[in-house]
Parts: sequence; C-alpha cells; structure tokens
Amino acid sequence: MEEVVWLTFLVSLLAAGVRLATPLLFAALGGITNELAGVLNIGLEGMMIAGTFGAYIGALLSGSEWGGALGGMLAGGLLGLLFAYLSITWRGDQVVLGTGLNIFALGLTSFFFRSMYKAGISQFVPSFQAWNVPLLSDIPLIGQIFFRQVPLVYLAYMLIPIATFLLYKTTWGLKLRCCGEHPRAAETVGVNVVKTRYLALCLSGMLAGLGGTFLSLGQISAFTEGLVSGRGFIALAAIIFGRWKPLNVALACLLFGVADALQLRLQGFGLPIRYEFLLMFPYLLTLVTFIIFVNRGDSPAGLGKPYPEK
Amino acid sequence: MPAPLLEMRQIVKTFGSLRANDHVDFEVQSGEIHALLGENGAGKTTLMNVLYGLYQPDGGEIYWKGEKITLHSPRDAIRHRIGMIHQHLMLVPNFTVLENILVGLPSPKEPFLPIQETLTRLEDFAAQYGLPIDPTLKVKQLPLGLQQRVEILKALFRGADLLILDEPTAVLSPLEVEEFFAVLKNLVGKGVSIIFISHKLDEVLRISDRITVLRQGKRIGTIETRQATQPILAEMMVGRAVALDHSFPKGGAAQPILELKGVSLTRPKVGRVLKEITLTLHSGEILGIAGIDGNGQEELADVVCGLIPYSAGQMFIEGRSILNPTPRKMKAAGLGYVPADRQRVGLVKNFSIAHNLVLKSFDAPPFNAYGFLREKVVRLNAQQIIAEFDIRAADLLQPVGELSGGNQQKVILGRELKLAQRLLVAVHPTRGLDVGATESVRQFLHAQKQKGIGILLISADLDELLAMSDRIAVLFRGEILGVVPGEAASLPAISRMMLGERLEATA
Ligand SMILES: Nc1ncnc2c1ncn2[C@@H]1O[C@H](COP(=O)(O)OP(=O)(O)OP(=O)(O)O)[C@@H](O)[C@H]1O
Ligand SMILES: [Mg+2]
Repeated sequence: MEEVVWLTFLVSLLAAGVRLATPLLFAALGGITNELAGVLNIGLEGMMIAGTFGAYIGALLSGSEWGGALGGMLAGGLLGLLFAYLSITWRGDQVVLGTGLNIFALGLTSFFFRSMYKAGISQFVPSFQAWNVPLLSDIPLIGQIFFRQVPLVYLAYMLIPIATFLLYKTTWGLKLRCCGEHPRAAETVGVNVVKTRYLALCLSGMLAGLGGTFLSLGQISAFTEGLVSGRGFIALAAIIFGRWKPLNVALACLLFGVADALQLRLQGFGLPIRYEFLLMFPYLLTLVTFIIFVNRGDSPAGLGKPYPEK
Repeated sequence: MPAPLLEMRQIVKTFGSLRANDHVDFEVQSGEIHALLGENGAGKTTLMNVLYGLYQPDGGEIYWKGEKITLHSPRDAIRHRIGMIHQHLMLVPNFTVLENILVGLPSPKEPFLPIQETLTRLEDFAAQYGLPIDPTLKVKQLPLGLQQRVEILKALFRGADLLILDEPTAVLSPLEVEEFFAVLKNLVGKGVSIIFISHKLDEVLRISDRITVLRQGKRIGTIETRQATQPILAEMMVGRAVALDHSFPKGGAAQPILELKGVSLTRPKVGRVLKEITLTLHSGEILGIAGIDGNGQEELADVVCGLIPYSAGQMFIEGRSILNPTPRKMKAAGLGYVPADRQRVGLVKNFSIAHNLVLKSFDAPPFNAYGFLREKVVRLNAQQIIAEFDIRAADLLQPVGELSGGNQQKVILGRELKLAQRLLVAVHPTRGLDVGATESVRQFLHAQKQKGIGILLISADLDELLAMSDRIAVLFRGEILGVVPGEAASLPAISRMMLGERLEATA
C-alpha cells in the first residue's frame, strides 16, 4: 500500500516537473540559438514576460488559444528584433541592454494590463487543454508522466531534435555557430554576420514568447503580473548546465522543473520550514549551477562581443 | 599585353588621419604570380582587404576581368572567384578541420552539410597537391603549419581565379615552403593567378613573375622579377640601401644559466610531446632550436617559461633547481618570452600600445606606486620602445589591434626583450617582420647576448639559426637528436636530423 502511494506521488511529481520544465525549455532553446550566434541575451526573461501578455491579448482577440500562441511569439519576436537593433546596429552593451529589456517588458506589460483592467483582474480566455496522445498515453507511468499534457508540451519535445538538427547538422547551423565563435572568420567566408545574428535573436524572442504563452495559456487561462518570475534566468542557467546542446539543456530544464514541482509539493506537506525557503529551492539550484559550470570554458568564443569590432 | 585580370586604380583608404593606401595602382595579369612587397605597415594587407571586400575604399576603382566592380563584402569577392588567405588565420579553433572547411560552402543537398562529398574531395586535394590532413581534429590541436594548410584547403575548396596570399609562408618551415610552392605552381598551371605577400625576398625572387612595392601607402613601382635582386627590392621598400646578409660573431658563452635534465611532457590524448630533454644554455650564448614546426618547439618554450608544468625531469636556473615553474617565477628569475602565437598569447588587442608594453611589469615600480599605475612613466616607457623598435603607429595610445601585423610583433618584442635580464626564450622572433625590422631585431638579440644574456632561439628559419646561434639543437618528435655548432657546415647534419636521423656528433 505504502509503495502505491509513493508511486502515485512520484508520477504526479514527474508529470508536474515535465509541465513546469516546458516554458524553461522554450526559452532555453531560444537562448541557445542566440548564444551560439554570439549574442548574450540576458533579456530572455523580458521576452517571456512579453510572451505571457502577447499570448493573452492574442487569445482575447482571436478567441483561440492558438491565436494566443501567435500573439506570444509575435510579442517575443518583436522584443528580439528590438534587442538586435540596439545591440547589433547600435552596438550597445549586451548585458546592459538585456537587463534593460527585462525592466522594459515588465513595465510595459503592467502598464497595458492596468490600463485595461482597473481592478487588476483579467478576464478568462481560451487556453490549452490537456490532450492525451493516443496509444502513448496508455503506457503505464511513462504515459502519465509525458503524454497527458497540453499540446505545447509536445511541441517543446519536438523542438529538441529539430533544434539539434538545425544548429548542429545543417549549413545554416554551422554558419550560425561560426558567427558565435569567430565572427570575422565567418565574414571572410561570405557569411552575413549581422543578418545571422538578427535572425537568431528574432527566433530566440519567438521561442521565449512561446515559453511565456505556456505560462498564461497553458497553466492558467488568464494574465497576471509576475507569471514569469525569474524563469528566463533559470533558462539561462539550463543552457550553461547543458553546454549549449539542446538535449542536455532539455534535461537540465527537466531537473529545474522537477525541483520546482517538488518545492510546490513540499509546501503542502506542512514541513516545519517556512515556505519561503522552499520557494527558493529552484533558484538556489540555478545559482549553484552558475557557480559550478559558468567557467568551464566551452562557451562560444565570440559570445557577448559586438561585431564588427569597431 | 592582354587586358589584365585585375586592375585596381588610384585606391585610397584612410584610417582616421592615416593614409594606409594613397592612390595605389595595382594590376595582376592572368596566370601570373604577382608579389606585393613593403615594410611593416606599408599598406599591403589594407589593399588586399579592399580587394576582398572587407574594407570599403575611400577612393579609386576596381576592374575585374575588364569590368568595373564594387565589392561590398567578401560575399561579392567570393562570387567573383577571388579567394584570400589572411595574414592572421581565419579559423575557428573550436571547430574541426572539416567544419572549418565546410563553413559557408554551398551544399548540393541543402540544408544538409555535404560531409561525405567534402571528405572525398579532401582526399583528392590531399593527393593532388600533397596536403594531407586529418579532418576530424580540432584546429586548436594543430600546430600553426598545419593550420595554414587548412586555410589553403579552405581557399581551394571555394574555387578561385585569383588567390590572395597574405604572408602565407611566415608560419611555414623551409620544407613546408617547398611543398607550398609546389602547390602554387600547380595552381598556376590550372589557370589560377596569385598575389603573394612575403617579407622573405629570396622566396619572392624564386616564385614570382612580377613584383610591386609599396612604401608608406604609396606604390613605388612594379618590376619584372628577372630584373630584380634582393638589394634592389630592399632599397625600393625602405628608400635607402639596406645591409642584408649580416653574420654575427660567435662565441662568448660563460657559465650555465639554464639547465634541463631529462625534462618530459605528456599531454592527455596526444602522448609524450617532449622526451627527456637535456640541454644547457650558457649566459652569453645563443642556443638555436631547429626542427619542423610541431615537433615540440612550442611546448619546449612553454615549459621553460612556466606556462605548462612538465611531467618529469628537472630544471635549473644558475644551478638552482626550479620547482613548479610559473610564468611569474620565471619572470622574476629574469626571463623574457616571445611566444609563437602572438595573436592569442602575447597581446591584449583592445589595450593601447603603452599598456601592452607594461602587461608584465605594471604591478611593480617604476610603473606602479602605492597600487596606482603611473601613466606618465608608462607612456615614457612606450615612447622609448616605440622609438627603439621603430613601431609604426598613429600614437602610443592606439589600440594594438589596429597596428599592422609586423608592428604588433614589434610591440611584444619590445616588451619581452626589455624584460629579459638573464634569459630570453624567443620563438620565431622575426616571423612576419620586414627586412629592416628583421635586421634590427637580430642586432638587438646579438647585443643582448654580448651583455651576457642566454638566449634560446627557436626558429623555423634555418638561415637565421645559422647566422645567430652558437650551437643548434635539433628537435624531432619531442626529442633532441643532436647538437651541432652554429655554422654553415652543420647544415646537412641539421637537415638530416630534422627528418629524424640520429647523429652521434655533438658539440
Ligand atoms: N583597422 C584599422 N584601424 C586603424 N589603422 C589601421 C587599421 N588597419 C590598418 N591600419 C594601419 O594602416 C597601416 C597599414 O597597415 P597594413 O596592415 O596594411 O600593413 P602591412 O603592409 O600589411 O604590414 P605588415 O607587413 O606588418 O603586415 C598601418 O599603419 C596600420 O596601423
Ligand atoms: Mg599585413
């Protein structure tokens, strides 16, 4: 009997972990793309925030959750474009710009939201519903953990091999990574470094926007402020932890997702610890990851440096 | 004469107040090897960067195959079948050889990488031109000579009617130069025209058909190679007659200053790169190290300078054993180091010349007082070294990255030769320097030797080794096969040892 209880707990924990990992995964895949192209994007957080709001507006206007996803991607993508314009065309410092972007996105969405709803409570909009994958969802344990989720989760799974393929197996990916390692060398073999980096940032913004979409339309069906609360930074940690390889990064996201799920459950257990400490857990894990892995050295050599040099 | 393949007319390129190219005319005939000569900073690389679309000229026109063209970026150059091997290698160290060749190459099966096709073509090229290479190795694992080979292959893969070679032989050993020239001849036979930049006049005289000389951004003239001699060229470059073959008096070695006893170095994955090296360097002596690039020279230098801890053996300075040498300890022991890869190891490109010149000594008097940098002293020091080594720069606050290749090297030389109080390790110290600068560096090395400093001179240039060294040790696969006196008569023995033959005679 005891064992059955534990098993149920474990399955629900892992299923929740997969769910909570999904927004991280979207953002992290975006972050891999722009980092491999040589742009350091601290603004992932802001792009996700824009995504949560864009998705809400999209769903509100179109009356469909997929319209919402489009809105989320659009909002994130636009921020990506803005970031590209300021960091590439105007050669701004990427760390400063990224931080600015986060504050900007937070302020702008709050501003729009509060001018729309004086009471601070949004209406409900269509949202993503769980969809059981035929056959696969019937596999014991595995099915419950992985295949009874909302469609965005499946989309995220599919993006892992797609990203691996595009970034590591195609001519485009090789050019992109060359821009991140040695932009001048890329230029001399005819790669348009500026264009490549613009594109990478837009893609990254769109993916982070999808991550934001998941937060507003995949878990709740509304918008509130503070939905993202640091997930963009956790995604950055996952990228470093997973060494810029989509599959490893996905596993890192899963780890953070499970940590988050565990923290939520422990709160319900009534342990003699203040819940604030439990809340800290995923962030603590992020911090530790940064400390251990950030200087391992196989980051793209040109990461964070503007090009052309002067 | 038929219409030239390439004609550059009245090209002007300025950087701030500096005219790097001042109304330069330059033309290349189809099927010729055209050498471009000039002192460090004369504007050769600038002119070629204009031709490759990397710089936009401030004036002038380019005619290609009879038509006027504008090159907005290297893409345009590649489209017109103009290829370039850059002075500073344009390779991604973290990529494999194969990946470096594949980047930007159009693929017959987009979006997939044409891996199989490229490997096959690579084998073809390897056989055809004598350029074998292991495509799975990362570029950062390769010695500079092999990295150069990757660049050549990159250019060949893109296909070119005109190939610009900016000092391609600077990093090659004499043997590799022979192979390289065979490749060039082969290419010309297949209809490729070549622009060849080098500071080695004998190479230029051997390989080129015509020679154009630049001086301080201006074209001085173009002559047929058969009418040229080294003194003529040197005078065109410098503007006055230059003494070319100087040989230096030998002898003067005193007590041992640096001793290595059975020093070995093992590297993970690579194996033993240094095998029981036993060497003695005396004060007032120049000990040359000969060998084909990649036989352990750079590792030997790194070990002596404390950059890499050795795996076994002992090292002594003036008879005192040095345990766990570090760069700081070795600097304190009076060692100066001119590394082989100056681009990566020796300079901070965004720092000014003045700051680069005190990179190793900023933390002590006279450059430092109570933890503050004394900018005045730093600048004074820079002024002195700039004058002494004839570093051509706008001013001493210019970032080192903006200097011409040769002038960047002079900055390192200036710094390290000053630091060397007892001992100097110089790896290819004149690589990439023009005739005048080469001469003055050699003079300077000799003067240091006469002051009683011991010099470990690692060079791929046998003539340089023979002219300067008192003794020459030959490295082959990490092992010293023999030590011979530094005189012309040793040449056959050195050549044989460089290829792996062990000799009994030692000096
Ligand atoms: N990007 C740049 N910014 C400012 N100055 C530059 C830049 N590139 C070159 N210069 C200056 O232009 C001049 C010509 O440089 P260039 O690199 O063409 O010389 P070079 O003939 O190739 O010399 P070397 O034989 O040393 O390679 C030098 O004085 C150099 O300092
Ligand atoms: Mg040059």
